[in-house]
Amino acid sequence: MYKIAKSNLPELYKAIAGSKELYLPLENAGQVNFGPWSEDCTPDIETLKSVKSPKDVFFPQSENLYTCQKEGKNIKIDPEKLKDQDFVVFGMKSCDVKGVEVLDKVFLADPIDTYYAARRDHGIIVAMACHEPEESCFCKVFGIDAADASSSIADVATWMIGEDLYWKPLTEKGEALTSELSGLLSSDGDENKVEEEKQAITAIINKLPYSDLSLEGWDGDHFEEKFNATNWEELYKPCLACGTCTFVCPTCQCYDIKDYNTGNGTQRYRCWDSCMYSDFTMMAHGNNRNSQMQRFRQRFMHKLVYFPTNNDGMYSCVGCGRCVEKCPASLNIVKVIKNFGGDK
Amino acid sequence: MQELVNRAKELLADGTVSRVLGWKAGDMSYNPEPAYFNSAEELENFVYDGFCGANLSKYMIEASKLEGKTLVFLKPCDTYSFNQLIKEHRVDREKAYIIGVGCKGKLSVENIKAQGIKGIESIEGAGMNDGCDTLTIKTLYGDKTCSYNDAMLERCHVCKGKEHQISDEVMLESRDTKDAERFAQVEAIEAMTPEEKFAFFQKELSKCIRCNACRNVCPACSCRKCVFDSTKYDTAQKANVTSFEEKMFHIIRAFHVAGRCTDCGECSRVCPQGIPLHLFNRKFIKDIDTFYGEFQAGEDTESRGPLTNFTFDDVEPSIVGERG
Amino acid sequence: MSIENETFRPKIVAFCCNWCSYAGADLAGSSRLVYPADVKIIRVPCSCRVNPMFILRAFEKGADGVIMCGCHPGDCHYSTGNYYARRRMTLLFSMLDFIGVENGRTRVEWVSAAEGVKFSTTMNEFVEKITSLGPNVRLEDLRCRN
Repeated sequence: MYKIAKSNLPELYKAIAGSKELYLPLENAGQVNFGPWSEDCTPDIETLKSVKSPKDVFFPQSENLYTCQKEGKNIKIDPEKLKDQDFVVFGMKSCDVKGVEVLDKVFLADPIDTYYAARRDHGIIVAMACHEPEESCFCKVFGIDAADASSSIADVATWMIGEDLYWKPLTEKGEALTSELSGLLSSDGDENKVEEEKQAITAIINKLPYSDLSLEGWDGDHFEEKFNATNWEELYKPCLACGTCTFVCPTCQCYDIKDYNTGNGTQRYRCWDSCMYSDFTMMAHGNNRNSQMQRFRQRFMHKLVYFPTNNDGMYSCVGCGRCVEKCPASLNIVKVIKNFGGDK
Repeated sequence: MQELVNRAKELLADGTVSRVLGWKAGDMSYNPEPAYFNSAEELENFVYDGFCGANLSKYMIEASKLEGKTLVFLKPCDTYSFNQLIKEHRVDREKAYIIGVGCKGKLSVENIKAQGIKGIESIEGAGMNDGCDTLTIKTLYGDKTCSYNDAMLERCHVCKGKEHQISDEVMLESRDTKDAERFAQVEAIEAMTPEEKFAFFQKELSKCIRCNACRNVCPACSCRKCVFDSTKYDTAQKANVTSFEEKMFHIIRAFHVAGRCTDCGECSRVCPQGIPLHLFNRKFIKDIDTFYGEFQAGEDTESRGPLTNFTFDDVEPSIVGERG
Repeated sequence: MSIENETFRPKIVAFCCNWCSYAGADLAGSSRLVYPADVKIIRVPCSCRVNPMFILRAFEKGADGVIMCGCHPGDCHYSTGNYYARRRMTLLFSMLDFIGVENGRTRVEWVSAAEGVKFSTTMNEFVEKITSLGPNVRLEDLRCRN
């Protein structure tokens, strides 16, 4: 177990940024979101949740795929370069780390998404335990441990306890990063302190209002029953069809591919799409979900039924609670689960 | 609040209305949701307190298409939106039974959290019968208090007044919440240098995630197909690929509602990134007031809006450069 | 910034109404009055056809300045179109000023079919103004920079 004083963190950021890109939670105009470190940025690791999940470090909200340029009578096509430099994501919470695992199921399954795969290969995840979980959190429901990222796909697990950050490498990548930073990290971190912190976090998690939500019946066996339920007809009504829930979500992975006319060529880019939008999965023949009720149902059926059916029971919700906090109409996945009787 | 439920039950029972549009209690004390109630039993979940900020006029566009009358509860500021929607023939007055409800200022849980209060288990003091003085908040990390006014939405600090512009009857007391000048923030920005203005908006708008919540919640944004959703020509944007698109979206969004925006403040309330979107709308309102005479959208259902009207001696666009 | 930079040639988009200003531009041409070739004219049926989006799109696609010309107030071919256009542009320009776009990058001028001279002097002035302001940076779309 390593450790570094909180007051030394700026030095740590600088040291990491010296050799790699560093993404961490930054405060900008009153809100905290993950962004690239720079000399004059204001890191904020106290705020529990960034507004947007850090998924866009691996799966950006929009990314160029290739550019076509007219050159006389020819057209030049430049594919976008794949990520080839290592980078570090600092301060991801357990739920967000699990979110990346969900994305892996989608983008690293055959056919592999090379843009995403390159980012995953070069990304080093430094996870951080949730010091003071909030009422909207329900990661426990999905078997995620907010107190300890050791069993996740993170490369380093950290704990912010009082005035010290405790640091524990988990993988080879994590070990390598740790040895690069050995000048700043002391190796005398007290395991007992971390144990205490873990117990404190777990105690809070057990008290959270959503922690005892039941997911019984959300599986492939109950597909028809859930799909045809009349509950949806009432549930969707307050929905404004905005994309807030999907864009703050750490696991929503639907995207659209579009062309942009630059006046002298074309940029083909992909960007996040939202199942709440009227032109979601629009095809030449029209749209196969043409009411808001169907689109609303799609979001929750995808997270709680289709995804686990196709991925050995792994839900594509991680209980981060961002949609709970941000929905303009105060609708969310928890209310949906409770409506179907998940309120034990 | 119980009197609202009782009255709603009466109107349902005597067949005056077929359904009720109001707010349903959430699973936390701060997240009630807009909801339809079809029976007396369903009304048991009805709630009306400081957290019922949603403007139900927007939902009346859809409710106007349903069979029979809908009983809708409108706060004073929501009634401006309703009037405006009547003017634009987007709602049917005959399909609505409007109970104007009093308002003591609406709350934002974001403002409470901004004071470092987290792990909220329950909030007391937001009810319509409470003193609107202090909120008592029980959290996982101890009991906290927060002043009611500090937790209030920005729009309530610059309230247009607690008069209902349209209603069939009015219930519950209101409380005057205005304690700031409506155009003060706009004036502060106008006083900046172009560089400062640019930096300010660049910083705020860079947070935009293009979720379209500001557009979709807006009672004035009632187009069936938005230009930003159109797949027919390349204005559709699902993401801000460059900073230009952020500006384009927000300028056009505000421009399209200029002269129709009642300044209900829903756009700023729902923005997940806390962008002060009302500044755009309020700048247009201020300019309209200055150039074409004071105008408050939604005060009536008949008058012509400033952008569908003109006078022979309107100011020339060059005024913008000349006023310095 | 680029007054010193003599190689900077601004791109100007001029929206001209079909009935007055476009004919005015035509007259300027046939009268052999000189105005810079940097001005690209887009003919519109009426100044009222100009949607605020047109102005922003012009900037997006690389314009450094945008000018809208229409019939003099009172002379609109459709009676009142330019009165509405006047209100719209006033509010739009004020908003651009509000978000920090340099003053003077946008302009409205009323040019009749007989005013070839006015068209040419207006364009000369406007090009000079935009040249002194330099390239449009605050309303540009990086993707179109090539």
